Amino acid sequence: MASLTLKDLYKSYGNTEVLHGISGEIQDGEFVVIVGPSGCGKSTLLRMIAGLEIISAGEVYIGDRKVNDLEPADRDIAMVFQNYALYPHMSVRQNMAYGLKIRGISKKEINRRVEEAADILEIREYLDRKPRQLSGGQRQRVAMGRAIVREPEVFLFDEPLSNLDAKLRVQMRLEIRKLQQRLGVTAVYVTHDQVEAMTLGDRLMVLNAGYVEQFGTPLELYERPASLFVAGFIGSPAMNFLEAKGQPDGMLQLENGVVISGAKSEGPVTLGMRPEHLIEDTEGPIRIEVSVLEQLGANTLIHGTLEGTEREMVASLPGIHQLEPGRVLGFLIRPDELHQFDSKTGKRL
Amino acid sequence: MVEHRPILTVLTHLVMLTGILLIAFPIWITFVAASHDAIRMTQVPLPLWPGDQFWHNMKITLLGSGLRGTETTPVWWMMFNSLVMALSIAFGKIAISIISAFAIVYFRFPFRMGFFWLIFITLMLPVEVRILPTFEVVANLGLLNSYAGLSLPLIASATATFMFRQVFLTIPDEMLESARIDGAGPMRFFWDILLPLSRTNIAALFVILFIYGWNQYLWPLLITTDADMTTVVVSLKQMLTAAEATPEWNIIMMTALLAMLPPILVVVFMQKLFVKGLTETDK
Repeated sequence: MASLTLKDLYKSYGNTEVLHGISGEIQDGEFVVIVGPSGCGKSTLLRMIAGLEIISAGEVYIGDRKVNDLEPADRDIAMVFQNYALYPHMSVRQNMAYGLKIRGISKKEINRRVEEAADILEIREYLDRKPRQLSGGQRQRVAMGRAIVREPEVFLFDEPLSNLDAKLRVQMRLEIRKLQQRLGVTAVYVTHDQVEAMTLGDRLMVLNAGYVEQFGTPLELYERPASLFVAGFIGSPAMNFLEAKGQPDGMLQLENGVVISGAKSEGPVTLGMRPEHLIEDTEGPIRIEVSVLEQLGANTLIHGTLEGTEREMVASLPGIHQLEPGRVLGFLIRPDELHQFDSKTGKRL
Repeated sequence: MVEHRPILTVLTHLVMLTGILLIAFPIWITFVAASHDAIRMTQVPLPLWPGDQFWHNMKITLLGSGLRGTETTPVWWMMFNSLVMALSIAFGKIAISIISAFAIVYFRFPFRMGFFWLIFITLMLPVEVRILPTFEVVANLGLLNSYAGLSLPLIASATATFMFRQVFLTIPDEMLESARIDGAGPMRFFWDILLPLSRTNIAALFVILFIYGWNQYLWPLLITTDADMTTVVVSLKQMLTAAEATPEWNIIMMTALLAMLPPILVVVFMQKLFVKGLTETDK
C-alpha cells in the first residue's frame, strides 16, 4: 500500500496539449475518483499513472518511488478496464493467474491467491469457465479478481461499470467500495457518472478540458463548488444559473429586476441555486412560472421560467405537489446556499 | 427468409442436384477410368461403370514406375514431393506473415509505413509476373531441384500478412495493455495471447495455402528437372504426352484421383475451424 503523488503532469499528442499540469496527493488507502465529461482527459491521466501512456512532462510517484520510466508491470499497480480485457482463450483461473505466472510466483502461492480472491468475489464456481460463458457482472468480478491477486500498491479503475445495466451498476458500485475498504488499498477510479463519483470517492478530482477544476470531498464539491463547471457538474438535477448584478448597497438584482440580499461584490455575477435549496414561500422573491412537473414520488421537480424572463429554472420540492402550468410560485433561498461566481472567469466568489 | 412452398422446395433441390452432378460426374469418370485396364480405356464406348482393376491400378501407380516404358518416379514419391512443397508453403507463409503483421501492428519503428507498402506491393507481383528474375535468383542460389527452391519463392506474399493484420486490428488494445500490466513482454504477448486468439484464422489460412501449394504447376515445372523432384500435379500433364504412345488412361486417372486426395482430406478435417476462422468476429 502506498500513497500516489502527481506532480504537474502534462500530456501532449504532437502539438495538442490535452493535460495542462495536473497535481494532486492521494493518501495511502484513499479512494479517489477522477470525474469529468468525455474528452476531459481523465482516462489519459489514469493511463499515465498506469504507464500505458508516456508522460510528456511532470512526475508520478507511487509511495516515494518515481515511476515515470517504469513499465506498467513494474509499477505495482493493477488496472480494471471498461471492457474487462479478459483473455478470451483462458479460463477464469488462468486469467487471474497469468500475471503471477509471469512474475515467477510458485504454483502453490498462485493457487492460494486465486482461490482467496475467488472467495472474496464469490466466483469460485466459475474458475474453470471461459470468459464468454460469463455474464457482464461476472466478467467484471473476474477482472477485479485479476487485479486483487496481484496485491498491488494502487488499484486503477477505468470506467469499470459503464458496460453494465443500471441495477447491476448500483450493486457493483457498492461492492467495489466494500472491497476497497476491506483491502485498504489506494484506488483511483475514473468515471463520467457524477452519482458514481459522489457515492464511491473519498475525494473527487473534477477534470475539465485538461485542467483540475476542484479536488475535494464529495460534500465540499456539493457545498462549495469552486467554479461554475463543478457547480453544474455535481448534483442532480443540475444547479440553476442566473445572471445578476451586485448593487453598491449589497443587494443582488436578478434578470427580471427583482432584488435579493447577499451580494459579495459589485457588478455582474452568476448566481447558482440548487433546485433542492429553493424553499417554497408565497412571499418569496424568486418567482417561477410553472411549465412542467416531474413527479418522482419522494419529491416533485418543478420546471419553469423565472417570471418575466425566458430563464429556465428547476425547483425540487419534497413530497407530492399538484400544480397547473402557468401558475407562479414564490421561492426563498438561504444566503449560505446561494452560490456566486465571477461571470467572466467562472470562479467562486 | 423462410418460405414453405412445395414448388420452391422442389426447384431448389433440382438446382442443387444439378450442381452436384456437374461437379461429381467428372470425378466419377475419373474413378471409373481408374478401375479398368489400359486396353478397355482405349475402346469405344468408354465405360460408365467401374471395372475390377482398381486396386491393381492403385498398386502399380503408387509403387511402380507408373507408365510403361518410361523412367518416371513412383507416384507415392511425387506425392511426397507435393506434400513437402505444400506444407512448407503453408507453414512458411503463415509463420512469415504472422510475424510481419505482428511487427506492423504492434511496433513503432522507423519506416514502418514504408515496409507496410513494400509488403503491399508484392500483392501485385505474383510468381507468374516475376518468374524470370525469380528463376534467376533461385538458380544462382543453387536451389534448382530442391525443396527450398520449390517453396521459398512462393512463401513471400502479402495476402496472409494483410489477413493477420486485420485479425490483430480487431483484437482490442486493452488486451495488449492488460498483458503489459501483467508483465508480458512482446514475445510473451505474441505466444500467449496473439497466437491462441488467431488459432482459427491460422487454420483457415492453412487450408487455403495448402491447396494453393499443392496445386502449383508453373513454378515446379520450371525449376525441377530431376524426375525425383517432380510433383504429382506436374507429372499428370507429363504422363499425357509421355512415351509418344497412347495415353494410359487408367494410370493417369488413378494418379489424378490420388492427387485429389490430400486437399480433400485437409478440407474435411479442418472444415469446422476453417468456417470459424473466416466467419468468427467475436474476440
